[in-house]
Amino acid sequence: MPQLFRPASNTIAKGSIAVVVLLLGGTLAVGYITDRGSWMTFVQVAPEQPIPFSHKHHVKDDGIDCRYCHTSVETSHYAGLPPTETCMTCHSQIWANATLTQPIRDSWATGRSIDWTRVHDLPDFVYFDHSIHVNKGIGCSTCHGHVDEMPLTYRVNTLYMNWCVNCHREPYKYIRPRSEVFNIDYEYPANQEVLGRRLMAEYKVKDARTLTDCFTCHR
Amino acid sequence: MPTENPEEKLLATNVQVIDPGPASVLAPGHTYDSVTDKIAGTVFLKWKNTPKGWIIGALISFAIVNVLLYAVSVLFLKGVGIWGINIPIGWGFAIINFVWWIGIGHAGTLISAILFLLKQDWRTSINRFAEAMTLFAVACAAMFPILHLGRPWLFYWLMPYPSSMWLWPQPRSPLEWDVFAVSTYGTVSLVFWYVGLIPDLATMRDSAPKLWMQRMYGVLALGWRGSIKHWHRYNKAYLLLAGLSTPLVLSVHTIVSFDFAISVIPGWHTTIFPPYFVAGAIYSGFAMVLTLIIPLRSWYKMQDIITMRHIEASAKVMLGTGLIVAYGYTQEAFFAWYSGDPYESFMYWNRMTGPYGFTYLLLILCNIAIPQALWSGKVRRNVPLVWCISIVVNIGMWLERFVIVVVSLTRDFLPSQWGTYIPTGWDIATYVGTLGFFVMCMFLFVRLLPAISIFEEREVVHHGGHGHVEPAYEP
Repeated sequence: MPQLFRPASNTIAKGSIAVVVLLLGGTLAVGYITDRGSWMTFVQVAPEQPIPFSHKHHVKDDGIDCRYCHTSVETSHYAGLPPTETCMTCHSQIWANATLTQPIRDSWATGRSIDWTRVHDLPDFVYFDHSIHVNKGIGCSTCHGHVDEMPLTYRVNTLYMNWCVNCHREPYKYIRPRSEVFNIDYEYPANQEVLGRRLMAEYKVKDARTLTDCFTCHR
Repeated sequence: MPTENPEEKLLATNVQVIDPGPASVLAPGHTYDSVTDKIAGTVFLKWKNTPKGWIIGALISFAIVNVLLYAVSVLFLKGVGIWGINIPIGWGFAIINFVWWIGIGHAGTLISAILFLLKQDWRTSINRFAEAMTLFAVACAAMFPILHLGRPWLFYWLMPYPSSMWLWPQPRSPLEWDVFAVSTYGTVSLVFWYVGLIPDLATMRDSAPKLWMQRMYGVLALGWRGSIKHWHRYNKAYLLLAGLSTPLVLSVHTIVSFDFAISVIPGWHTTIFPPYFVAGAIYSGFAMVLTLIIPLRSWYKMQDIITMRHIEASAKVMLGTGLIVAYGYTQEAFFAWYSGDPYESFMYWNRMTGPYGFTYLLLILCNIAIPQALWSGKVRRNVPLVWCISIVVNIGMWLERFVIVVVSLTRDFLPSQWGTYIPTGWDIATYVGTLGFFVMCMFLFVRLLPAISIFEEREVVHHGGHGHVEPAYEP
């Protein structure tokens, strides 16, 4: 009777254990990296826009306040995308003949809005309100990052639920004085934990239990 | 030395197939060789010699598996609306079948673990088979809660893992406890079954008639050579696994009963549920063991190995656990009256006389009245009759879950919440489909693996057929 297995089979049998472990681990790792990487989250990915609009230029170089364009951020769920008229307040005078700004003048002439691609698009099953965040001391840069350093606009956060819940559980880590909400260069002080808790009480921010209720965001 | 064909040896074996009766676990005349050849030989039977019952049964069950696949595909496309469930009856067939299947699995663990620790001689011929039955029943059971999810493709949300939602499963929900109870049970049962198979897989490797079979069983045998070191480790591992499985016999159905008992619905919120569910599980499990081994031992002419002793002992366990279940019913009725709770007493009255009253009557008939015939030794030794009673008990235990799930949900606290439950064709197709899946798995199992533990049968031969089981571990 011939031998059923060659001597190498022992090594193969033992090695197969490692292969199984590596395959399982590898599958999990690939899944994790895909799920958390920018391929899924679009973090650091600037979508193509009809005009290569630079927040860096408008915010940092020109010093325009966020609210000059995003007018309804303090009063509405929607921060507001500026109408062509807002662009034209300057661009009827500056760069009034540049090719780059041609779509603005086309929009002005035809009355059709500029077709921007949304960078921060939350799923429709999420209720989100800009005004409550801004009025309770959550700064623009907390979620949107340093837009003054973005030649093209991109996300700095995943907008995943764990990212939302992370702050809703411990808002005192991220809250700042109302006067600093639009200060893009704001830096958290060393006593943020104490200050944050004091501001939470002052602004009557609800407790973590209420803030993480399903109904708070899924209405 | 050329490999002898065990099939030829099986056909040539001169040990007569006679049932030695209720006193012995093995017919006289068997030797180490004859039990090995007989059990291994059934696996190596050529197709033309395969029992007709196997071929017809396997074909029918395969057809039913396709019904299951069809029913599940339609379910995935259209959603749980195709079932008869609607608020207030959100549970229906899916949960009835889940509890029923998981209960059936319990006999396997009880036989392989508890009877092993208790050194019962009649465990040996049926343990492998009952463990396989457990695995397939758990597989059927595990399907139902997942199919019952509105979005079954998100079932992995039941497992705790660092999700991008930063949400964890609700640890206070008994439905979540089920996830862990059932997955632990399935895993331990699988490991226990496989470890017990290893020495026999080596026997199969050594007696397989073809090279590819030898290789297949050889890989599965994990290099078992039967050295004293191997046996020493094997015995220790098996004993440890038996110890590990023993609490599972009690814990799994206890936790399943919590699905009901933790809630406040009349008829569910009862402290007797855990023990009475465990007894019911073992009751239905032994009924299923009998339902399956009686035809198989006859098709494969195994009456000399699965003897009247096994059938009678299983029937006795069925009778005993059936009485515990009957006690549970009387206690439910007693507390419905004694609590003075109007909802509880209405629930019980409605259970007996309401629109589903006929199911309760049938339940008492199937689970309590008819099995009392097993008190008589003549009935226990009448194989066709025992088989019929085992079927009746299977039906009765299914009805018990129907009564618990449906009757309580249709009559909630407020009459405005009352409803009616009528299962649809899809409910029935899915249920029958899992029955087909279960039976097909059993058929494949007896065709591909030794359905009876060969080396443990050799031990029985060693002890003169009286089935004295050697102590598993002596300090």
